Amino acid sequence: MAELNKLGLAEARDALRNGDVTSVELTEACLTEIDGAGALNAFVHNTPEIARDQAKAADVRIKAGDAPDMCGLPIGIKDLFCTKGVPSQAGSRILEGFLPEYESTVSGNLLDAGAVMLGKLNMDEFAMGSSNETSVYGNAVNPWRRGNDDAALTPGGSSGGSASAVAADLCLAATGTDTGGSIRQPAALTGITGIKPTYGRCSRWGVVAFASSLDQAGPMTKSVRDAAIMLEAMCSHDPKDSTSADLPVPNFEAMLTGDIKGKKIGIPAEYRMDGMPEEIETLWTQGREMLADAGAEIIDISLPHTKYALPAYYVIAPAEASSNLARYDGVRYGHRAKLDQGDGITEMYEKTRAEGFGDEVKRRVMIGTYVLSAGFYDAYYNRARKVRTLIKKDFEDVFAQGIDAILTPATPSAAFGLGEVSDDPVQMYLNDVFTVTVNMAGLPGIAVPAGTDAQGLPLGLQLIGRPWEEGDLLNTAYALEARAGFVAKPQKWW
Amino acid sequence: MSIDQSTAARVAKLARIKVEEDQLPALASEFNTILGFIEQLSEVDVEGVEPMTSVTPQRLKRRVDEVTDGGQQDKVLANAPDAREGFFAVPKVVE
Repeated sequence: MAELNKLGLAEARDALRNGDVTSVELTEACLTEIDGAGALNAFVHNTPEIARDQAKAADVRIKAGDAPDMCGLPIGIKDLFCTKGVPSQAGSRILEGFLPEYESTVSGNLLDAGAVMLGKLNMDEFAMGSSNETSVYGNAVNPWRRGNDDAALTPGGSSGGSASAVAADLCLAATGTDTGGSIRQPAALTGITGIKPTYGRCSRWGVVAFASSLDQAGPMTKSVRDAAIMLEAMCSHDPKDSTSADLPVPNFEAMLTGDIKGKKIGIPAEYRMDGMPEEIETLWTQGREMLADAGAEIIDISLPHTKYALPAYYVIAPAEASSNLARYDGVRYGHRAKLDQGDGITEMYEKTRAEGFGDEVKRRVMIGTYVLSAGFYDAYYNRARKVRTLIKKDFEDVFAQGIDAILTPATPSAAFGLGEVSDDPVQMYLNDVFTVTVNMAGLPGIAVPAGTDAQGLPLGLQLIGRPWEEGDLLNTAYALEARAGFVAKPQKWW
Repeated sequence: MSIDQSTAARVAKLARIKVEEDQLPALASEFNTILGFIEQLSEVDVEGVEPMTSVTPQRLKRRVDEVTDGGQQDKVLANAPDAREGFFAVPKVVE
């Protein structure tokens, strides 16, 4: 079999089970690709020895007939997941040298299923960013380019390394995390599939926390079927995360029938933004037609509080971040600043955090500190939490009307050039305008590649589902994927 | 609500992040941009609306109050920048 690294999870699983290929062969193919892809800066901590050992063990399991779906499949892990004995820095200088003594539940679930870890993937620092430009490792680069223009483009963020690695076939799939769109936006900008499940589906234990009420892990894959396979392996009830759902995890792949006849798909009027590029508008219309062609009923709906989701997010997420990131104090792990004569513990905290955090993280921690401070708590934080209640109610209302899923664009534009978005942080925040509502309401959302823009860059559509109905959502995405027929791949230049 | 330099300095202090004096004007201006964006929330009628505490309706699970973990001092200290005699070491806290 040629070019094993280009396989998806489902194809590779079937080939392994048929004895057409071994996990060692798949793993070596990916390791070779990773070695040649330094220009993408996607993998930032390579673990070839671990991968080879795991691949050998997987081959034994497969031969013995004890092979869960993920067994023997080489994947990348976002740097936000704590992986035992392997650097886990969340893209930050402040966690330099940190070697976790434990494995996150999600990566542990994947490894228990026999998945092979190729290494850790680049990301925005503490998952705060939409372009992978805030990483201590430097920018991850999108394998896609605008026609023959060799300007480096963003793979999106914060799971930019994961998106770049999967799109460039350095691995079969990767883990991501999504607080405001960090799986779906990079998936859309790189022409791959990414799903954020319902809040509580995946355990947050061992995943470096950004905003605990919004963070969820999910898979980033080459197809909807692959997303179904990997999501099932990632999900579990975990007593170590009190918000993890004690619900059975369905066989998502078995739910992919492609039959969506009679499903009601909502089109929210509020997602038609001023200044939205015509290509995005056209893609959205095409997506509507594809789902109608598959037998779904298309219904115009209203989600009236949509425009307030992003400002409410930029109160709630920084507030939670300021609290979560208080633990980086130079005492228990990671970086500690060199102290001057006479410096006390306060100077140690202040210097350590000034040196260890990048500008965007500092900005968000301080904004969070401000909105939680005495005198502003009600005006900002409590008001934002009330608005969040209203945003969730918007979705509950349309689901109560019988809507099964909601179709929206995934991003307001195709991938932009690294360094191209102005220094204005608010401009960068607008990248998540279509995805952040889903986190605010705790719903499952999936980005599916659906077309290209005039310059040949991929564009994605987003489907939003009912809580806990990822299986149904994946099936709708599967029907959309089949009709969109997106097969384009980036030309290899790296 | 506009943030001046002294407010920016106070917030930096509360967040325990050292910000040099000459960086304060830029910081205050960034805060104002972001808070200006957040300001839109004041348009929303939130009268009688409960602030969200849990995005999925669930009761936190209870468990028996008993020791379930421990005895891992070496692992707990393994990543400390400075650990001595089984403790985290920090600069003098009390004069």
